[in-house]
Formats: sequence, C-alpha cells, structure tokens
Amino acid sequence: MSGAILVVTEHLAGSFTDATFELLALGRELATDTGTELEAAVVGSDVSDMAGSLGAPDRVLVIDDPALESFNPVGHADAVSALVADREPSIVLVPYTSTGMDMASHIAIRSDLPLVSYCQSIDPADGLSATCQLYAGKVEADVTIDGDRAVFAVLAGAASAANGRGDGSPDIEQIANPAGSGGGTVFTELAEPEAGDVDITSEEVLVVVGRGIESEDNIAEAVELAEALGGVVAASRPIVDQGWLPKTRQVGKSGLTVAPKVYLALGVSGAPEHVEGMREASTIIAVNTDPQAPIFGVAHYGWVGDLFDLLPELTDRLE
Amino acid sequence: MDIGVLLRAVPDPVEELELNDDETDLDRDYLGYVLNEFDEHALEEALLLKEDTDGSVTAYALGTADEVEQMLFTAIAKGADKAVKVGDGLGALDAHAQADLFVGALGEHDLILCGVQASDEIDGQVAMLVSAKLGHPHVSVVVGTSPGADTLTITKEYWAGITASYEVSLPAVLGIQAARQAPRYVAVSRIRQAQESGALTETDADPPSSSSGITITAVRIPETGAGAEMIDGDEEAAADRIIELLAAAGVGGAA
Repeated sequence: MSGAILVVTEHLAGSFTDATFELLALGRELATDTGTELEAAVVGSDVSDMAGSLGAPDRVLVIDDPALESFNPVGHADAVSALVADREPSIVLVPYTSTGMDMASHIAIRSDLPLVSYCQSIDPADGLSATCQLYAGKVEADVTIDGDRAVFAVLAGAASAANGRGDGSPDIEQIANPAGSGGGTVFTELAEPEAGDVDITSEEVLVVVGRGIESEDNIAEAVELAEALGGVVAASRPIVDQGWLPKTRQVGKSGLTVAPKVYLALGVSGAPEHVEGMREASTIIAVNTDPQAPIFGVAHYGWVGDLFDLLPELTDRLE
Repeated sequence: MDIGVLLRAVPDPVEELELNDDETDLDRDYLGYVLNEFDEHALEEALLLKEDTDGSVTAYALGTADEVEQMLFTAIAKGADKAVKVGDGLGALDAHAQADLFVGALGEHDLILCGVQASDEIDGQVAMLVSAKLGHPHVSVVVGTSPGADTLTITKEYWAGITASYEVSLPAVLGIQAARQAPRYVAVSRIRQAQESGALTETDADPPSSSSGITITAVRIPETGAGAEMIDGDEEAAADRIIELLAAAGVGGAA
C-alpha cells in the first residue's frame, strides 16, 4: 500500500471529538499493518496548536482558513476533497457523524474513490475489505473494494478513543486552503440544547421507549413504571421525531449519552446510532418482539415478547 | 419555492429479515417495504416550505419495489403537486445507482430534499451523492428550515442536541434528519383520490452511469443475544426475573 492513512478530524470549540480519537486509533492499527504513515487533516481557523496536541499521527496536515472557523458543510468538504485529490492517501477515514456525512460523499466523488459507509472494521490484508452494519444493525455485511484506495465512513465504537490519544509529536504541515471557502453555505450561529425538566444523564434508572411503544398515549404506562422505579422515561430518536417526548429525553448519537445503573429498553430496536449513546449502562435489560433486534446484542438481559403484556405485570409487582 | 423531494422504499424495519440462499443479500421475495422514515420527514419539511412560500412540491421515487406507487400517492394526498415514478421493476439498487437515476430524472428545482440516510446505504448517502453529482451546496443532518429571499436558513444538528445555523444559497440539496414538526397523517380516502388525480407520471430510468466500486461478498444476521442472558417464559416469568435484576442493582422500589 503506497499512500498514507488519512484521518479527517472533527472538532468543536477547540476540542477534538471522541470520534476523532477513535479514528486515530483505527488509523494507527491500519498504518502499522500496512507499513504506511498515519496522517490527520485538521481544517479550521487558528488550529495549529490544537493540531500539535494530537499524539497518534505521524503528520498533521493543517488547513488554516479564517473563513472555515466553524464547520462549513461545503467549505470543509471542498478543502478535504482537494487535499485527498492532491495527496492520494490509500485509506481515508471519516467519522459517521453530522460533519462526516457532509464530507464523505464529496471526497469520494471528487477523487473517484469507492465509499464504504456504516463501516465497523477494515481489513487491509490481501486487498482492501471491510465489514459494515446494514438495516439499522440487523445485518452485517462483508464487502470487497475495487482497487487499493477507498473512503470509509466509520461508525462510532470501531476502535477505542483512548488508544487514539497517543503521546507522539507529529510533524505539522501547513497547507493553504486548496479550495474555496464554503461558497453556498454560511455559518451563522451555534445553539446549545435547551435544558429539560430532567437531566437523563444523571438518572440512575431509565425506562426507555422505542418505536414499539406504538403511540403517544402508551407512553403514560412507561412513565408509571419509571416512577415506581424512582427513574424517568427516555426515548430513542423515532419517538422524539414524532414529538411524543422532548429532545432532552433522547438517547443516542443525535441525543444524549447516558450510563445509568439500569437501562430498561422497551421496544427499542437498538440501531447503531442508539447503542452509541447507552452501551456503558451498568445493567441493560431489553424487551422486544423481534428476536433479531440488535438491542439484544448490547443487552445483559433480554426477553422476547410484547412490552404491553409485560408493563402491567412489572408495575403491579412494584406497587 | 419549487421543491423536489426524493423518496426511497426500504425494508420494513420491524420485519424479521431473512437471507437469500447464497447469503449475499436479503431474501427479498416476500420482503415488505416502507417509505424510509427520514424521507418521510423530508417530504414533511418540503410540504411546510411549500406552505411558507406558496411553492410547489414534486416527489420522486425509483421503481424499486411494488410499494413505491402507494408511497407516491400518499405524497400527493399529503400535498405534493406532482409525483414521478422513475423506472419500474428495478429491484434493489445501491446508493450510487439511486443517485444517478434521481439526478437523471430531476427537473429544475430551487431545493432538493432527501432523508439524511437510509438503512441500506452501504456505499454512501444518496442525499449527499446527489449533491456531489449536481455540484449544489449541501447540508446534511438538517432538522429545520426557514425561507428567506434568495437563501434558506437551515438548522443542522451536530450531536448531543447542539445545533448550528447556516444560510444556504439555492439551488441546494439538504439531507433531512427530522422535519420541524412530526410528519402529517393523511386519510385513506385522500390517498384513493390521489390515485384518480393523474398527478403521478412515470418515466423510464436511464442505466446508472457510475459504479460504487464495492461488492458485498457475504451478509449475516449477528447473533444478537450472544452476550445476553435471555429470559425464557411468559410475561409473568419475565416480570419475576426483571424484578430480581432490579433488586440486585439496588434501584427504586424493587430493592
């Protein structure tokens, strides 16, 4: 393998995200396996110091552009695409996150490279291949890649962020922005989430409802159980998108990350985006009618059955 | 504002999935398809923008499954002015092929909305592939829009509830995560009216011009319960065991 492994970093308010360190850990493994160098791309304004704090890569490619101080979907995608076209890395690792989704397809199309999405592992031995999650985690797929270069949009949890922090001193290479500065999209402001009535990240018991709760009216039954347990109700994304519970109750990639003592998941399928926000819970109990539901892959205890049969039984025993 | 919205049929997420004989794909013979939930939000946001701007909405879907026509009639019943079914009997397509077919069929629009992702997009997100092929400005993971004179103000979700706002010049392509309100319901009688409305047209699909460059060699259903203690028995047995587990964890009234 000739080109380097390139990690496209992600940062907000002066800090790299955990997704960045996970990719650096994965990238380091791949660089070691293939005898190539690990490079990291950092795009932003006044980011040299931050770039120097990265310990895992051999080299950090810094595109410093005042116009790209905040993440710009067009500007960042263009800058990284031009960098990839110029440097020809063999493997480009992009986080499967909000910023990564704006960049991955553009990098791939611009350099005419294959793009592997929902990626959970990469094997560079004997040609390039990968394993991905499909159908919200219900199916695993092995893929082979034409040629020896590709872009990978990598799911959270593919490697340990702790292994991507490293303690090296990378070379820093400043590169003038080879592209425009985000014509077409202009960043205006950042907004923190509104505070909710409860903070689900500090609760010890969460009764979490997913699509299986079926209707807004049925949530009351889960609330009753949560109260009997001294906890609160939280939800997966579809429930919040329906407006049945506020955003502050959402667990997962676009919601909050929680680690309660007990996580009772009722009718939650366990898509990768949800699991990302709850896999550290101490005791995970999952109830789902679908024996294939991926939530059973992360749960400590599971019961295949109807949550509406179980809820009254549980509530009765607690009263 | 004239809006195009891209709709995809995906395997019903609540159905039990089975694999084909050589374990390289799902067994699609009896598989049920539904509208991709993120596309349903894209349609809702398109309809809200139509109302905001006295605009129009055209819904596009590829003829990949029998359920596609019903999806398009439902879009018309909800308020789409036109619906276009692209090709027929196409079977499952990868994201690159879907993006090619959508780009080939799209008329001139001020804005193109599509769900941010779909559960089968192993070779990239259709929304962003379409934006890359068209060369339009793009924003992914959009959770709300608000029209201005020549631009659109959009809200993009980062993570943990943190959002950013952008001014986007048109034409643009947006990957919608969630509409600013829950998707509307529509009565079956309205869908029947839509079937009679003549608002659905069909066009031929040109063969896709690009290849994904990846090949699925094997699929499998992960052993989901492998690490879990699965509780046997009916709901009474399950309730008894869960109460024990709660007590062991020392929580709530179960201690």
